[in-house]
Amino acid sequence: MRDVRHEFPILQQTVHGKPLVYLDNAATSQKPQAVIDAFDTYYRTMNANVHRGIHALSEAATDAYEASRRKITAFIHANQPEEVIFTRNTTEGINLVAHGWGRKFLKAGDAVLLTVMEHHSNLVPWQMLRDQIGIEVRYIPVNDDGTLDLHDLDRLLAGVKLVSFVHSSNVLGTINPVRQLADAAHAVGAVVLVDGAQALMHMPVDVQALGCDFYAFSGHKMCGPTGIGILWGRLELLNAMNPFLGGGDMIERVQLDSVTYAEPPAKFEAGTPAIGEAIVLGAAVDYLSSIGMDNIAAYDQQLTDYALERLPSVPGLRLLGSAPERGAVFAFTLEGIHAHDLSTLLDEQGIAIRAGHHCAQPLGKRMGVPASARASLAFYNVQGEIDVLVEALMHAREVFGYVRA
Amino acid sequence: MSAHDLYREVILAHAQAPHNTGALPDACCKAHRDNPTCGDEIDLYADIHDGVIVDIGYEAAGCAISTAAASMMTDAVKGVTTDEAARLLANFRAFIMTGDALDPALEELETLEGVRQLPARVKCALLAWRALEDVLAGGRAEGK
Repeated sequence: MRDVRHEFPILQQTVHGKPLVYLDNAATSQKPQAVIDAFDTYYRTMNANVHRGIHALSEAATDAYEASRRKITAFIHANQPEEVIFTRNTTEGINLVAHGWGRKFLKAGDAVLLTVMEHHSNLVPWQMLRDQIGIEVRYIPVNDDGTLDLHDLDRLLAGVKLVSFVHSSNVLGTINPVRQLADAAHAVGAVVLVDGAQALMHMPVDVQALGCDFYAFSGHKMCGPTGIGILWGRLELLNAMNPFLGGGDMIERVQLDSVTYAEPPAKFEAGTPAIGEAIVLGAAVDYLSSIGMDNIAAYDQQLTDYALERLPSVPGLRLLGSAPERGAVFAFTLEGIHAHDLSTLLDEQGIAIRAGHHCAQPLGKRMGVPASARASLAFYNVQGEIDVLVEALMHAREVFGYVRA
Repeated sequence: MSAHDLYREVILAHAQAPHNTGALPDACCKAHRDNPTCGDEIDLYADIHDGVIVDIGYEAAGCAISTAAASMMTDAVKGVTTDEAARLLANFRAFIMTGDALDPALEELETLEGVRQLPARVKCALLAWRALEDVLAGGRAEGK
């Protein structure tokens, strides 16, 4: 993989007098110069509203907006651009399915199957539907090693109409067997939604090969802007479901006593979208493609292997999860030091990590840790930063009165 | 004050051997507080008789800052009147938020001064005090 470090301006700075070591990539990724420049180009040269103006700027903006949709279509191996809906983020994509598909096709007593390792974004929308229309919510349990416990899957799937789960855990790093779960769900006639928020920047994603029906992700976790995300869905499902938000751009014809809706994707993109962000997400996809997702995945694996070799050398460190298939996300506890204190002490060394429940409180409860520290890496991190982290963890132990061996 | 120094102080003070821990099963007043951004929580118990906090205890899961704050807060308000506790609460909050002078009765809590430079951690220092605020509100209502 080419050396990309210098392509990220933000990584060149110091924090508290120390070189920034950014290990909070699962929360949000940093942006390369090419992505920052794309924003500048859009607002300097083509800012206009899309899909309506009969003038050159509007046509340029519309072309760029739709070109971005085509880039994303190719990037995730979707069948056609009409299946690619611009949303705000993963959360909105999941809520779109809960409202547009769930409220139309689920009724009281129907079951949806989630997992205990879900982010709150894939728990709460279904709990809200449970409380509002009386569906049943079930959960696939998690093994001690951070993999899904699938031994009882057949029983859990009985009567299930939708299965929704995370592709790659934002806490454990576990990469779930999407195809296996999707096939099992389809065998009982259930629809399959995958939360891909943590996957896109780390591995090639092929929604056809994964075999799911919906796939939601966020732009800002793949070198793109905040405020833009994608929901991919099979066209026949998108056609059959209800719209989500109502308003401009999502209609075919509005009269005072009737309304007909536009075809997907416009059906799900009410109101002026985040045009600049959508176009810049296309630039982020171009950027990732210029490096190559296979190259990124291979480099990610090297970083993961190195971190798994180094982190256990810190006395008292317990990693959460040891799945054989895993990404470069490491949640851990350090004996005698609370995660928040650790985060403050690491920050003083210029190291950015996340501390807390990582928006997955039920998983924390399952693993027996209400709060943990989390270091999450990306392809612009280097092995030396893992060394800096390990040294800072040893220092934190000293601050807390542990003697270095 | 660096974070490093803050921790040295806090840990020397209380975090690794907090005072007044444990539930008071027969306490008249109880309050639960969460820090939703990080998952810290505290259950605070107080026995209030004739307007005096006779005994106080807690069960908590949290960081060194919130643990030390709970330990020192309970030391400070045990045996004082609820009115005095409310005054100390207001004083400590002003000390952390705006740098007001700390009441001599809260001397030990001066070790938490460093959190003023760590905005994300202010909530940790205040968690136990917020629970005390709830207890005082409930305790007063029940006492009347």
